[in-house]
Amino acid sequence: MSPRETALRDHLGPELKSRTLSDARQQVSLTDILERSCLGGRLGELSDRSVLLSTADQLTSGLVMIELDGMARRMLLCPPDLNPDHLQSLMQDAEIDAVVTDHPEQWSSADGRLIVPAQQLAKTAAQAKTKRATEWLMLTSGTSGVPKIVGHTLEGLTGAIVADVSAARSNAAVWATFYDIRRYGGLQIFLRAIIGGGSMVLSSGGEALADHVARLQFHGVTHISGTPSHWRKLLMSGSVAGFTPRYVRLSGEIADQAVLDGLRAAFPNASVGHAYASTEAGVGFAVNDGREGFPASLLGRRDGVEMKVEEGSLRIRSTRTAHAYIGRSVPALTDTEGFVDTGDMVELRGDRYYFVGRRGGIINIGGLKVHPEEIEAVINRQPEVRMSRAKSRRSPITGAVVVADVILADGQDAGRSDEIRSRILADCKASLAPHKVPAVIKFVSSLDITAAGKLARRDA
Amino acid sequence: MSLRSKIIVSMRQVAEEQKVTLPPLNDDVSLHETGFDSLAFAILVARLEDELGVDPFTLSEDATFPLTIGDFIKAYENVPA
Repeated sequence: MSPRETALRDHLGPELKSRTLSDARQQVSLTDILERSCLGGRLGELSDRSVLLSTADQLTSGLVMIELDGMARRMLLCPPDLNPDHLQSLMQDAEIDAVVTDHPEQWSSADGRLIVPAQQLAKTAAQAKTKRATEWLMLTSGTSGVPKIVGHTLEGLTGAIVADVSAARSNAAVWATFYDIRRYGGLQIFLRAIIGGGSMVLSSGGEALADHVARLQFHGVTHISGTPSHWRKLLMSGSVAGFTPRYVRLSGEIADQAVLDGLRAAFPNASVGHAYASTEAGVGFAVNDGREGFPASLLGRRDGVEMKVEEGSLRIRSTRTAHAYIGRSVPALTDTEGFVDTGDMVELRGDRYYFVGRRGGIINIGGLKVHPEEIEAVINRQPEVRMSRAKSRRSPITGAVVVADVILADGQDAGRSDEIRSRILADCKASLAPHKVPAVIKFVSSLDITAAGKLARRDA
Repeated sequence: MSLRSKIIVSMRQVAEEQKVTLPPLNDDVSLHETGFDSLAFAILVARLEDELGVDPFTLSEDATFPLTIGDFIKAYENVPA
């Protein structure tokens, strides 16, 4: 079988014992998963179909992915926060002709689509055999407008995994992520668990963070990933005591030095690193030296990934990038040479590149361009600060000024807020151009995080 | 603290941060003479908006920016409650 025809089921077998997939409600054994199905004997009907996968919980979605991969023509993974108003247009773009759902009463087959309910796992008569390469469709996590559909193959999605797996397969990793597995960052961890021979503990919608961490501890999670916002939230929650993962990864947002140092202090025995990946560009690289940014020596071609910086943004070409945007009138995913423009702006300082922000996230201050992330990184350097958000506010004098909302790491520092504010301002003044220094700093108790785990930037 | 003193306190605060040496703050002193540049005024107006809950220069469409300290303070005093 060529890698193109290898599906998830081909990585699962009875030889690795005691593997499980669990969420807050149930635990499923992966060891005999190929003998069971949650499609009520209807997998055959979904063969060669373009399937929308819409379930409330991640566990059911994960089980259906294992069944559909290698059978369906396509599967479109729906994250839980998908705006229902966008569904019809997304289904047309993806040529969806079947839906697997755990709430079938909400779907009507009137438009000719096959509706297959996702059910409790049950013993199946015959094990399915992989017959084709299934196209994996994921949605971009942009906050405004209809998300784009991004097409991947299992081969591309697992390009960064296969190399690591032979080492990990024997040592029974227990994987977890703060991401939803129907998003790129979460799917990477799910695929590592399935292919790498480990178990996985899924997050459950609406579960309190302390309860989630208690489950992670109970299952002995060894490898865990999330966005810097996820991790800052965890560090603030006071729930980390007793949780001792060996491998802590950040991705999806800029990992600044403050959050890397915070995690190093919270998990002194873990390897703490940040990875660059996006739904479109796939997995780019990992940085494990504990420092923000990445060595300039990563540019060029390494491990099958080619990177360059053009017009200030990081560009990636590799077999792990998505192959196309899917739909009727979609832009090209890559330039003519096959590079994906990530839209992530970087700056070379010495022998290292630092992420400064998103191209689309620039705020305009009196005609000057400002990346809010650059300001936040300076604010977050103060030891009393856990998290911050810089944004623009209209000004009758200059058009706009920068203002910042700041969360203190320890609520007891609130009494010292004037002193901390002056120190933040002094540091910003010393490190940033005058128009980037926040005009107003407000201490807040929380900042909104999007369903994709990123700091909400409504005004950006 | 009176409205006037709140405004003066904020001005001194911004001046200190911006390394501006203020002249004696009389009503007749022109804003130009304060040494504040437009960024410093933008900061002052943003902070006063948070503290007083009002930005008189955005509120009214025909507001002209004041020329003296006295005018500046009056703009805040004249905002209808």
